[in-house]
Amino acid sequence: MADLTWHPARSHGGRDHRSLRVGASAVIMAAVLLAVLLVPPLVPMDAQAVDLAAKLQAPSLAHPFGTDEVGRDLLLRCVYGLRVSLLVGVVAALTATVIGTAVGALAGALGGWADRAVMRVVDLFSSVPHLLLGIFIVAMFRPGVWPVIISVGLTHWLSTARIVRAEVLSLRGRPFVDAAVSGGASRWRVAVRHLLPGVLPRAGLAAVLMVPHAIWHESALSFLGLGLPAHEASLGIMVNSARSSLLAGDWWPTLFPGLFIIVPTLAVAGLAGAWRERLDPRRRSELML
Amino acid sequence: MSILKSLPWGPMARMTGRRALLAVPVLLAVTFGVFAIAAASPFDPVKAYAGTAGLTASQENLDQIRHNLGVDQPLITRWWDWLTGALTGDLGDSASLRAPVSQVIGERIGWSVLLCALAFVLAVLLGTVLGVLAARRRGGLLDRTVTGAAYALEAAPPFWLGLLAIWLCALKFGMLPAGGLTDTGSGTATAGQVARHVVLPALVLAVSQLPWFVLYVRQGVGDALAEDPVRGARSRGLRERTVLLQHALRSGLLPVLTLIGSRVPELITGALLVETVFSWPGIAAATVQAATSVDFPLLAALTVLATAAVLAGNLLSDLLYGLADPRVAFDG
Repeated sequence: MADLTWHPARSHGGRDHRSLRVGASAVIMAAVLLAVLLVPPLVPMDAQAVDLAAKLQAPSLAHPFGTDEVGRDLLLRCVYGLRVSLLVGVVAALTATVIGTAVGALAGALGGWADRAVMRVVDLFSSVPHLLLGIFIVAMFRPGVWPVIISVGLTHWLSTARIVRAEVLSLRGRPFVDAAVSGGASRWRVAVRHLLPGVLPRAGLAAVLMVPHAIWHESALSFLGLGLPAHEASLGIMVNSARSSLLAGDWWPTLFPGLFIIVPTLAVAGLAGAWRERLDPRRRSELML
Repeated sequence: MSILKSLPWGPMARMTGRRALLAVPVLLAVTFGVFAIAAASPFDPVKAYAGTAGLTASQENLDQIRHNLGVDQPLITRWWDWLTGALTGDLGDSASLRAPVSQVIGERIGWSVLLCALAFVLAVLLGTVLGVLAARRRGGLLDRTVTGAAYALEAAPPFWLGLLAIWLCALKFGMLPAGGLTDTGSGTATAGQVARHVVLPALVLAVSQLPWFVLYVRQGVGDALAEDPVRGARSRGLRERTVLLQHALRSGLLPVLTLIGSRVPELITGALLVETVFSWPGIAAATVQAATSVDFPLLAALTVLATAAVLAGNLLSDLLYGLADPRVAFDG
């Protein structure tokens, strides 16, 4: 006999699971931010200190993540690497968000043929794979911090532009905009005072969700040797330089920098999911990434 | 074959034709963009060509090289020359791989297609199984495990997954080769060797594509489970297996299958990283090599090729969508 009962109460994960997830995300995020902001100025340890006598030591109490091929402490290097990745990721995500918001707001506010032309450009950009276009840009402008940021900015603005345009289009038809226009507000005033505040929460959410993507993109470029210069030891560069140790059988210099990419990404996704549910309670945060 | 006859061939062909026409301006714009970026770049192909000899060479010699390479021409002229050359099959020469670009692509594209096709089929199969298992009892332990793992895998960089797979499968247990197409020292690629070498890269590429399928199948099947046909099937006393596989899966999987064409960009992104990690001799690894050595002719051709693949994927997606849902007309 088949089980006829269907449990809708359990169909979206219990309340307790969700609040647990958000709480864990908040704790991890706080720990990550504290570590990257406070460890470099406060902890008097040199992440570049070479100790050839202690090279490639497995994780232990003295070195919780082990040491790399020249004896540098991997936990400390991961924190410094995350700092570099996070800094580049935040700047790159902001660049992408500013481009996307400007383009999307322009398309939504102007409407007509200008809107269609702008959306054609968005379609054009989305028909070249992100990483490939990023690789092309970095290859032509030589690896460095700014080419990486520009590469992320030029490839990741599309989704933000679409979101902002849709939001502007929906706001434009609301009564308060009509009221402002009939009250004699200029085009510029309507855009800045009435449309922009309505768009900002969505753009902000898009920017936060963009940071992990930017870090992902940067670490992929850096891993391929097309990203940051080698002395800016980001997480991707650490994974790249760990390749020879990995082939000799030492897994820890590869494993931990990767975990330092994954765990903060999950924390950001968890927090952004909660934020999105507040913005739009009808939509469940089922598919976030 | 009545099913083949019943397909709307006419509208599908018309849609394909329209899309092919629309693809022309897109591809033209992409080629022009590629040349424009190269023109704006500070990189000087003459210095790269001359190498250290360029430091001592006379200005006349450098100018001669510049003329021979064709980079003294204005942007529009160079773009037009490349375009007319490309139409006759001449894509220029790759400096880093020392062969005509068309030959490089011809030799390598088969390996990339093999790897990507295997990975894609694997991802669809695994994703369907895991998605259905997760959707069966949403919020349950299995669901939370699968969903959590999917989010973690989505966040994990494929190159990192590839390296860990090499460590685990090739070094630790010595089951599978760590990279390349054939065993070292072996000149020709036999089917058996290729089959053993493709397992690990295909598996890693599949796993990197897996989260999307799992989450969408879970969503689709889960939603279908809450709909009336399923409730009806349950109330008729059908077995849970029948309800799940014949009712919920069929209606839940359809929207997912129609979207697979739009996954081409992500597949290319994954291939760029996985082929590089596993030294797989495909075009994605060649793209990375071309970028590292600023091999513009090869990089330009591969970028355009990838764009064409994305457009073809979008077309496939829309065709499948029209087939799966008769209410959607073939007029995009």
